[in-house]
Amino acid sequence: MKRILAAGFAGAVFGIGLAISGMTDPNVVLGFLDVAGAWDPSLAFVMLGAVATTTLLFRLVLRRGRPVFDPDFHFSMSRALDRRLVVGAGAFGVGWGLSGYCPGPVLVGAAAGAWTALVFVPAMLAGAWLQRRMTRVASMTPGRGQTE
Amino acid sequence: MHPWLSALLGGVLIGVSATLLLWLNGRIAGISGIAFGLLQRSGMGEWAWRIAFLGGLMIAGGIALHVIGQSALSPARWPVLVVAGLIVGYGTSLGGGCTSGHGVCGIGRLSKRSIVATIVFVATAMATVYVVRHVVPGGVA
Repeated sequence: MKRILAAGFAGAVFGIGLAISGMTDPNVVLGFLDVAGAWDPSLAFVMLGAVATTTLLFRLVLRRGRPVFDPDFHFSMSRALDRRLVVGAGAFGVGWGLSGYCPGPVLVGAAAGAWTALVFVPAMLAGAWLQRRMTRVASMTPGRGQTE
Repeated sequence: MHPWLSALLGGVLIGVSATLLLWLNGRIAGISGIAFGLLQRSGMGEWAWRIAFLGGLMIAGGIALHVIGQSALSPARWPVLVVAGLIVGYGTSLGGGCTSGHGVCGIGRLSKRSIVATIVFVATAMATVYVVRHVVPGGVA
């Protein structure tokens, strides 16, 4: 139960952070990605705030040896810079650039009732489902490197 | 508030959330991983924390968006949204993460994979926006 409440609370903080940051507005995101146009650096400040916080605080958390409500930390154990990583990230960027949506902000947008997000989310889930199904068929090792 | 300042503050909140999830539950706050984990068979406990996180994200984020009064509409037309959605789902599932998992958490723990992934997806996103806005006449989105 504690684990569920902790997850719900962390999710709420994440959602509020996304809304305040401006990242839930695809036009702000596309303004950052449009380096040849009227470049809007806002998104760089979101990343800066987030990465500075995690870089600083993750170190303290990992020093504890184990999480508060769980016996272990759950990380992707994959260390390889393989083709899956590069092709997957590259494809993700294309979809992100076409729409201005990535998974977190689009879920918030859908919850707020934006119709473009409501079109995007089912397609996104279908894409992920398809990838997982193809991997399962191809290698019989479901979930490899997919903890994030 | 100046948009850069609210961007910074929102970013810090995202970082605090990721830290809470790692500190309390030992989990990486990668939205694609948390959401797509629901697509495969797993125990009740796995399912429950993922639903709780996404529920908190959507309810609190949705309310915050209404309070702030900011738009979440994409300028893309619906066929482009469908294609983009499929690619984002497929790509983040294959690459094991998105802006939050690789970008915020992965860089936070200095993962080489995540740093490479982030450079790659920002680069292809910028290239895509360049083509859509400055190369294709009239734009496809």
